[in-house]
Amino acid sequence: MKILILNVCKERLHYFEFVKPIEDILKKNHIKFFTVHYKNLKRNDLNLSSKIIICGTSLKDNDFLNNLNFFQWILSINKPVLGICAGMQIIGLIFGGKLKRKIEIGYYKETFKKEFLGLVGEKEVYHLHNYYIAINKGIFEIFSETKTYKNRIIQAFKHKQKDIYGVLFHPEVRNKEVILNFIKI
Amino acid sequence: MFHTPSIRNVEKQAKLMDKPIIIQKTRGKKEKELKDLEKAIKRAIKNYRINGILTGAIESVYQSTRIQKICNKLKVECFNPLWQKDQLELLGNLITNRFTVIVTGVFAYPLNRDYLGKEINKDFIKKISGLNRKYKINPAGEGGEYETLVIDCPLFKKPLQIKEKRIYGSENSWRMEIR
Repeated sequence: MKILILNVCKERLHYFEFVKPIEDILKKNHIKFFTVHYKNLKRNDLNLSSKIIICGTSLKDNDFLNNLNFFQWILSINKPVLGICAGMQIIGLIFGGKLKRKIEIGYYKETFKKEFLGLVGEKEVYHLHNYYIAINKGIFEIFSETKTYKNRIIQAFKHKQKDIYGVLFHPEVRNKEVILNFIKI
Repeated sequence: MFHTPSIRNVEKQAKLMDKPIIIQKTRGKKEKELKDLEKAIKRAIKNYRINGILTGAIESVYQSTRIQKICNKLKVECFNPLWQKDQLELLGNLITNRFTVIVTGVFAYPLNRDYLGKEINKDFIKKISGLNRKYKINPAGEGGEYETLVIDCPLFKKPLQIKEKRIYGSENSWRMEIR
């Protein structure tokens, strides 16, 4: 069984920035994987995979938001899924969440109140997003959130019944252990 | 933030690729220099209707986030195709893709004047890999340890002509200006 890496980038050149770094982490650790663009995803790809990583994309690329029908499989999947940035937004939207505006670019310190795929306490993470996802707290457990004067920006969540994880930051930049710990589930 | 050794050659490189070039002067003052970069990108959007910027950021969050913020503000794409790439793999890719690249500046111990003009080839990669293990020198020089100039590549009509070299510096800080 292999890890399925799901590319959500509209522009082909963004593969190198948002997908290849994750492939490289898996390659370096001798973990088998295959990569598919979400628009080419087949039921058999999901059957062949042991776990699924949904990658992020660029600040300007919101094309996936117009194609959420390609991600309905998330509702019924019984395999571990990790959504990174856009991937987290997709998971949240599929489970009825709402997208909200918040620009964060660069290093930020986030606090993980409980251990989340190897992260606990205050950690420096790399952000690159214009939006975050406000989710139904009945469905997801929140492991890290930033409180602003009017919002709570969820940085990391896990589905309460399933192994479905989401991170708003990009662990492939400074928190590679998140990806490796997800593989170990 | 910006590369400076032999920078005037970029104009010649643009000609060798038949590409237009926008030249923007900057005093290189921290953070203020970003306003100059923004001006240049605005001119590119206005004059050439560009949809995106391509950077060579590999590990530098300092550089990449500053350009990401400008692109986000100006609503153009920001592409970082080398992002998080293994730096030794990147140097190897230069050779396999027939790039001729030479060192035009060194700015960190134990690099010295002898490195100026050296070509990035298998020997160089072996040497810089050793310096990475021993002194934590970034193999691709992204920490500003060294700077380079592309003399030839498949995008050029012909190699860049070097008519004159001038060397300046002392100890572990040297630059070579090529005309």
